[in-house]
Amino acid sequence: MECDMESNIIFENVSKFYGEVLGVNRVNLSIAPGITGLVGPNGSGKTTMMNLMTGLLRPSQGRILVLGIPTELPDRLFKKVGYCTQYDSFPKGLTGRQLLHSLLQLHGRTQGESAQGAREALERVGLADAADRRIAAYSKGMRQRIKLAQAICHGPQVLILDEPLNGLDPLARSEMLALFRELAAGGVHVIISSHILYEVDLISDRVIMLNRGFVVAEGNIQEVRDEMEEHPRQVFIRCTKPSVLAARIFELEQGVEVKLHEDRRGLLVRTRTVDQFFLMMNQVVLDNDLEVEFVAPSDDDVHSVYEYLIGSESGTL
Amino acid sequence: MRENRVSREIGGLPWGLWLRQIEAIVRLEVRKNYLGRRALWIYLLVLAPVFLIGVKAFMPSHEGEWSQFGKAGITYAGIFQFYYLRVGIFFACVGIFTYLFRGEVLEKSLHFYFLTPVRREILVVGKYLSGWITAATLFTISVGLSFAFMYVPYGAMGSDYFGKGPGMGQLLSYMGVTLLACLGYGSVFLLMGLIFRNPVIPAMAVLGWESVNFLLPPFLKKVSVIYYLQSLCPVSLPSGPFGILADPSPAWLAVLGLLVLTLAVVGVAGLSIRRMEINYGAD
Repeated sequence: MECDMESNIIFENVSKFYGEVLGVNRVNLSIAPGITGLVGPNGSGKTTMMNLMTGLLRPSQGRILVLGIPTELPDRLFKKVGYCTQYDSFPKGLTGRQLLHSLLQLHGRTQGESAQGAREALERVGLADAADRRIAAYSKGMRQRIKLAQAICHGPQVLILDEPLNGLDPLARSEMLALFRELAAGGVHVIISSHILYEVDLISDRVIMLNRGFVVAEGNIQEVRDEMEEHPRQVFIRCTKPSVLAARIFELEQGVEVKLHEDRRGLLVRTRTVDQFFLMMNQVVLDNDLEVEFVAPSDDDVHSVYEYLIGSESGTL
Repeated sequence: MRENRVSREIGGLPWGLWLRQIEAIVRLEVRKNYLGRRALWIYLLVLAPVFLIGVKAFMPSHEGEWSQFGKAGITYAGIFQFYYLRVGIFFACVGIFTYLFRGEVLEKSLHFYFLTPVRREILVVGKYLSGWITAATLFTISVGLSFAFMYVPYGAMGSDYFGKGPGMGQLLSYMGVTLLACLGYGSVFLLMGLIFRNPVIPAMAVLGWESVNFLLPPFLKKVSVIYYLQSLCPVSLPSGPFGILADPSPAWLAVLGLLVLTLAVVGVAGLSIRRMEINYGAD
């Protein structure tokens, strides 16, 4: 437990109310190193949680520890934490380089160290050419990059990113995702919120799903999906003679629903007993001389789990 | 070449780091104070008396007007106490100091400071110093120029007043009062900018209180910044037929009182900011 406190981000019975409006309620989490996706609809509490983690908001109840540091101590906290916020505004009159240089000086770096750190961060986010241009003249994508640079310039151990890919073109998104993976591989906690669920799915080791201020699911997405027994598993199978397979599935009562794909070369099967289904399917394939091109679960991704839990207001696990 | 770094800890506290952080904040903020668009009306407040007195000084004057050398001191005392202390420095400090935090909240840029390893109390000190440096520099230059222009029409008599007479001493006193005024008013308006969503309203309340100070009974007179500042002015002004007299404060007490007030108010601001949250939507 003590080891967790020093290496994890801990929420202990945290609630945050804005007057009578609920921000988050009774959140208990222990976020380990790696990439954690924070997903939820607008107003679910994602930004509130990030602001609580960084001390920009104070909890109405409970406490938060980031690598063992209370969030009320910014002089210790922000040596280890970098936060790319959603706010799209900057101190006036500064260039990208000046912003980073000033921030690094506030971290206690010398002039030389600040200059070097600013240069490296700008190169890392692809803004080296625009470093000496005023931020006011930056495009949306460039402003997003400078926010990322501000979050990583001091080499944090925890990187909190609120919708970091907004405004970036596909190439830039891909570059940033690679950067986040690189940082996570180096031991950095990366906590990322995004509406782009397939991207969260792509890079996250685990997800935290929020809805209306409550944590509705948390953990590795496949494990979360496994616990959702009320929703039959969906499996997509591409094979020869799919109608034969479909008939056998119904005969052996292994499927709740079977749909033929529109190209008539595949089946979408919903089953409550996925392990037994796969055993059955192997036998059917052998008995009926079917050629199977592709078999995979089709609803153990973030998007599907999100739809089940939040899209249909299924409640808490 | 390896750069030296001041990283001294004294009494277990990282004073060296704090000083570097304060320096970085001051550098950032002073630049904003001097170059922002808001600074235009502050420059107006600073330059107005210089311009008016300067024009009067260099234009041909009517006999009898500027010939009354002895009245120049009283005239300037009036300008200093009624314009500089009650209008120029007061409103410039409102503009500069309330903006230090309130302005950043309105521009949604305060979180950049909150996301650095700077203690919030250090942030208050850094911003306060930047505001004081800005206001004090501008107004001491303004006071210096306007005072000098006051005596330009008197030629050699004016020069002698500075070189051999009390002129230089008076000028230094006025500059000292200016520095203290920026300290005192600055701290009050810094705190107002932190705790009030619209600090202009309480600032006007302070203005009203300071304006009627001459009518207040002696024990209430002392609950104001202007009372101590006026006590330090080298030339006293009559308080008029309705004014209530009170013994001026001794100089050492006035200076000490203003410094203690400043430290106390900045201290309260430092405590206040600890509980501050970033919630731009609410503003």
